Amino acid sequence: MSRYFTEEHEWVDVEGDTATIGITEYAQEQLGDIVFVETPEVGATLEQGDDAAVVESVKAASDVYAAVSGEVIEVNEALEEEPALVNSSAEEDGWFYRATLSDKDELSDLMDEKAYKAFIENL
Amino acid sequence: MNMLATGRPTKQEENLIMPDQTATETHTGNRALMVDEPLIFERGSVDRCGVDLPEAPVVENRLGAMDRSASIGLPGLSEAEAVRHYTRLSRQNYAIDVGLFPLGSCTMKHNPRLNEKMARLKGFADIHPLQPMESVQGALQTIYELADWLKKLTGMPAVAMSPKAGAHGELCGILAIRSALEARGDAREVILVPESAHGTNPATAAFAGYKVEDIPANDAGRVDLNALKARLGPDVAGVMITNPNTCGLFEPDMKAISDAVHDAGGLVYCDGANFNAIVGRVRPGDLGVDAMHINLHKTFSTPHGGGGPGSGPVVFSEALAPYAPLPFVEINDDGHYYLVEEETAEDHHESSFGRMVAFHGQMGMFTRALTYMLSHGADGLKQVSEDAVLNANYILRQLEDILDAPFAHSGPCMHEALFSDKGFSNELSTLDLAKGMIDEGYHPMTMYFPLVVHGAMLVEPTETESKAAIDEFIGAFRSVAKRAKAGDEDLKTAPHHAPRRRLDETLAARKPILVWKEPEEFAEAAE
Amino acid sequence: MRYLPQTPEDRQAMLAAIGARSVDELFVDVPREVQLDGPIRDLPMHAGEMAVEAHMKALAKRNHAAGDMPFFLGAGAYRHHVPASVDHIIQRGEFLTAYTPYQPEIAQGTLQTLFEFQTQVARLFGVDVANASMYDGSTACWEAIVMARRITKRGKAVLSSGLHPHYVSVCDTMARFTKDQLVYEAPTLDAVGDNEALLDQIDDETSCVVVQYPDILGRISDMSALAEKAHAHKALLIAVVTEPVALGAIKSPGEMDADIVVGEGQSLGVGLQFGGPYVGLFGCKQKYVRQMPGRLCGETVDAEGKRGFVLTLSTREQHIRREKATSNICTNSGLCALAFTAHMTLLGEKGLRELALLNHKKAVQVADRLNAIKGVSLLNDSFFNEFTLVLDQDARPIVRRLADQRILAGVSLGRLYPDDEKLAHGLLVAVTETSTDEEVEQLATALESQLS
Repeated sequence: MSRYFTEEHEWVDVEGDTATIGITEYAQEQLGDIVFVETPEVGATLEQGDDAAVVESVKAASDVYAAVSGEVIEVNEALEEEPALVNSSAEEDGWFYRATLSDKDELSDLMDEKAYKAFIENL
Repeated sequence: MNMLATGRPTKQEENLIMPDQTATETHTGNRALMVDEPLIFERGSVDRCGVDLPEAPVVENRLGAMDRSASIGLPGLSEAEAVRHYTRLSRQNYAIDVGLFPLGSCTMKHNPRLNEKMARLKGFADIHPLQPMESVQGALQTIYELADWLKKLTGMPAVAMSPKAGAHGELCGILAIRSALEARGDAREVILVPESAHGTNPATAAFAGYKVEDIPANDAGRVDLNALKARLGPDVAGVMITNPNTCGLFEPDMKAISDAVHDAGGLVYCDGANFNAIVGRVRPGDLGVDAMHINLHKTFSTPHGGGGPGSGPVVFSEALAPYAPLPFVEINDDGHYYLVEEETAEDHHESSFGRMVAFHGQMGMFTRALTYMLSHGADGLKQVSEDAVLNANYILRQLEDILDAPFAHSGPCMHEALFSDKGFSNELSTLDLAKGMIDEGYHPMTMYFPLVVHGAMLVEPTETESKAAIDEFIGAFRSVAKRAKAGDEDLKTAPHHAPRRRLDETLAARKPILVWKEPEEFAEAAE
Repeated sequence: MRYLPQTPEDRQAMLAAIGARSVDELFVDVPREVQLDGPIRDLPMHAGEMAVEAHMKALAKRNHAAGDMPFFLGAGAYRHHVPASVDHIIQRGEFLTAYTPYQPEIAQGTLQTLFEFQTQVARLFGVDVANASMYDGSTACWEAIVMARRITKRGKAVLSSGLHPHYVSVCDTMARFTKDQLVYEAPTLDAVGDNEALLDQIDDETSCVVVQYPDILGRISDMSALAEKAHAHKALLIAVVTEPVALGAIKSPGEMDADIVVGEGQSLGVGLQFGGPYVGLFGCKQKYVRQMPGRLCGETVDAEGKRGFVLTLSTREQHIRREKATSNICTNSGLCALAFTAHMTLLGEKGLRELALLNHKKAVQVADRLNAIKGVSLLNDSFFNEFTLVLDQDARPIVRRLADQRILAGVSLGRLYPDDEKLAHGLLVAVTETSTDEEVEQLATALESQLS
């Protein structure tokens, strides 16, 4: 399994044709207490860059864009009861949704962990 | 993702503290005059009543077998208990009547009690909107007179009186713009809004079906005229400008902005929330504005009431006047007032875009505002804007040595002064300073608005504060600002003396409890 | 001037501290050519309280106050007796001159009363949650339709003919801009409302069905079948209540499975005021709470573990979500909501039921008394405190002539539906606890003489 990162602070885990997407530790730190996550609908087809999800803290709502194109096959239902998972475990249990990749070439646009670490250090 | 991490910090864990162990305990938990008051659901019961009603006649019901038999769950209190309940609760509120209320952009001026007395005259309070017009000539004349004041104060030829609040007025203005452009066969898709605008502006434009684009500001905190001109084009329906703007600064290029927008075939909406800075001195009509809403509950002293009701009449230029919504008041040749509604619209006002609200608008606020305008007169209103601007500049200059004021170097401010959190240490924030102000006995200033300044603090004293009151406020503000710069740890857990300590807003958003549930109900719901 | 506390000495001292010679220097950013030289012409100069009072009293005197004569108007605004304490409560400076409770530590007064208000409205409507108020019933009705569009992602709203024509007009105006499709026909003078006919209009493109309860002609109908069919097609049922006192006597829309219930709260605490300010009520099922417009007050705890209240779920609102907000509403109707909740607290459930029955039974009496007049026929089989009379001639001129005789007889359907010949003989009569037997007789006698 490989993990990719975007400049928009999303991570993408790829296993075969399935991608799991969430937001990074850095992002949750910046956003403060997460109170609600609006996940995409199962069955929705997303193009890279489309609005995929919304992360709400008490005083802000941040849009999460689709890191890769694909069809949404699963959403993390645990987030409904416990949006705090995004704070406590952004890069593991706080995943947002899973999708089947429609264009694996898009992954070459994304960063690996090392590149992302360097990226956030320069922010 | 677009990281909206601007705005106030919200991490809760750091806020949790232990109760002050050295405070004297009381049996009730009360602290002298500060009394905790339970909910009516905890105090009252469904068979208690504080009203005596006459006997109903003895006749059969005719409710169509739709009787409500199930219990509703509405507790009642006797009159004495009810009065005490609300009196105790009122004492946990800050208000203009309690002290200076420095909320930038809200114009928290004194609410005159004469307004209240006049609004309650039975000839105003006890009339039905659908009474035959001959029986409400005084009411129609009142609306007409107020409309006349608004037109003369703004130098605009027409006004729509029906919008129920500022945001509603914004919608009215934008819909008029859209109607005018569609009538011209030139429907456009984009509205330009400065980054510093109040959130209602882009929300309103989106509601009216427009795409919203930002206009950047220049280093002096004003609209970048060149950037605006570069963006104008056949797809831009218009702009929404606040003037004075949300940084408390007058847009000196306002006329040039209007001219540029008109030249490009667009129209100009002005957000009139800050009218208090220029009322009686400058007329927005002379600045090329096509539509401007006026907040009667800001500039014209009608009370804020804990969140409304407001009133947002909209003045219109010649270009937009034909599209103004129904209904409004006209006078015919024999001095008779009448309402133009759907019925007479075809003869009098065929291009009106329609009705925005049932009945005629916020009559209760019209009587209050007219009373206020008559009290001040044209000369008094001119003094209002002068004193409002004087008071704000005094605050700006008395604090700029200790607080960062991003635009203080470029000249005077208008009716509000803007500061940032630059120089705060120990990770203290504007929020912490604000909570410190609460302990000093003040409602905090507007915080984190406008978004274009980091940790923004926007202070608007208004003209109804004396120099003595302002000096006291400045003293308190200086004191807390010094503590913020020195990194005073106690500010992180302020307020210490208010009826409540900092409240857990994260919990309220994660697990919303919006209605009362009886304890058993609650336990069931949790299962 | 009594609202301007600064003295000339104060102003001088402040200018000196600022380093300006006159206040004109502070307006340096305003182009000289747009600054007026003196006070605006054609407007009067300042005046003391006595003069202002004289002016306003003269205006007030030119109006026929409802309490001074027989009064039977309704059609979305009702004259009820507001207990004396309510006005005293809302005039306490800490309520009257408070701001929106954005700093909750010093606004628990406003916040707790909002929480109580929300609970009362939700229970009255029979739904799970309610918001902290909207501007009025008509805008609440439109916002409910917008909310249904957001939830169902469909754009066709079916409106009952029994919906108040001003509310229809508001929705019509807004829908032209948002491109929502509204299906609507004016009512007809039938004893039974159009719920049956509406069933046929519901299909897979419907976002919502909107019914008024009781409707504009005062008719009461069960909406359960509409709820069922709407849900079968994944559409929402929206109920509109313009007279909330009715819910002290008749089933709540929530009990009939309505998804969103909106209404006008004016009847309780607020008074007629020639049409505003009023207070919009808005409630819905739990599952839709995040789609609700307007402010919401929620319970929480403070840092010492004490219960407190805050505005919550703010990320739906304009100041945060901006273009993507659920509504652009900012200021709502806080003080009117306080008046509503205070009046409701004084009544309690027992008082509300008594008040409702009193209204209804008086209305039954009056309906029968008027029905007995030659040329008058009662339309309704069922009603709460408002019913429709069908006269043997146009009602509107009669209402005008009776007004000249200082009798406010009701609202003619000609006033509400000016172009609809079929409705011209209709007259809406509302009867509340404030009407006396003498006033009823005066109306009956006058009406009789007009029609003979």
